[in-house]
Amino acid sequence: MIGIEHYLVVSAVLFVLGVLGIFLNRKNIIVILMAIELILLSVNINLVAFSAFLGDLTGQIFAMFVLTVAAGEAAIGLAILVIYFRQRGTIAVDDVNRMKG
Amino acid sequence: MIQAIAFYMFAVLLIAAGTLTIMSRNPVHSVLWLIVSFFNAAGLMVLVGAEFIAMLLVIVYVGAVAVLFLFVVMMLNIDFAELRAGFMKNFPLGIAIALVLLAELILGIGAYGAGVLELGTPDGSAAPLLGRSNIENIGALLYSDYLFLFEAAGLILLVAMVGAIVLTHRERATAHRGHQDIGKQNRRRPEDATVNTRPEVGKGVQL
Repeated sequence: MIGIEHYLVVSAVLFVLGVLGIFLNRKNIIVILMAIELILLSVNINLVAFSAFLGDLTGQIFAMFVLTVAAGEAAIGLAILVIYFRQRGTIAVDDVNRMKG
Repeated sequence: MIQAIAFYMFAVLLIAAGTLTIMSRNPVHSVLWLIVSFFNAAGLMVLVGAEFIAMLLVIVYVGAVAVLFLFVVMMLNIDFAELRAGFMKNFPLGIAIALVLLAELILGIGAYGAGVLELGTPDGSAAPLLGRSNIENIGALLYSDYLFLFEAAGLILLVAMVGAIVLTHRERATAHRGHQDIGKQNRRRPEDATVNTRPEVGKGVQL
């Protein structure tokens, strides 16, 4: 019998994979963005699982909003990446220090 | 029984595809594995009856976001071997942090399974009505209780679209033929551009 714990474990493992991806690919910002997508996907699985098992649709509504924000974030992130590449000719993010931040 | 088989198939494929997404040498392969993981996550959501979110995942993520990633990866000419350096150096720290995080999450899930903390239970106002499909239920809720949030989501998408266009739009330095000067167009008045003439019969028009 599949219960909510099964879904939560899958979501937790996917979340951890996303965090691990950020740590492993420190230089490659494209893969970092993909890892963030994985994290948001795991959050969506969590919201949908609770929504289904508690019999409350609010979780699915919020999964939709998370999806909206994820799409906007990917578009803006990739746009910044494209203009950065156009100026510097590389996307190695460990030497991004132009703004001295 | 078949639900359990389907769940384990989707779950195992989802985690395997997620692992390959972050481990692949080639970012193009990463994007393709990301697409596989989105499909499997959609399968998991279909299993609990959230068809609308599952279809949204396939359409929005696979159809738009993943293709956007693929487009950018293939458009930029990047030496990926150089970016790969430091992968093994970061491996021990990354694994350590990932294991700590996983242990915390599993502990949290175990605690949830032992008994729900009383933080409030659903009051039933957003309970799905029987006899209506998932999409009908979501639509009834989204366009009533969550109308303003829904419009805010639309605004976020609009701002993201305008932002992405403004960021990546490149003004050409040299005005090529047919370059449009909007100020010049707006300054133009009919009296500057047209003349009324009454040519006599058999004579042409002096321009």
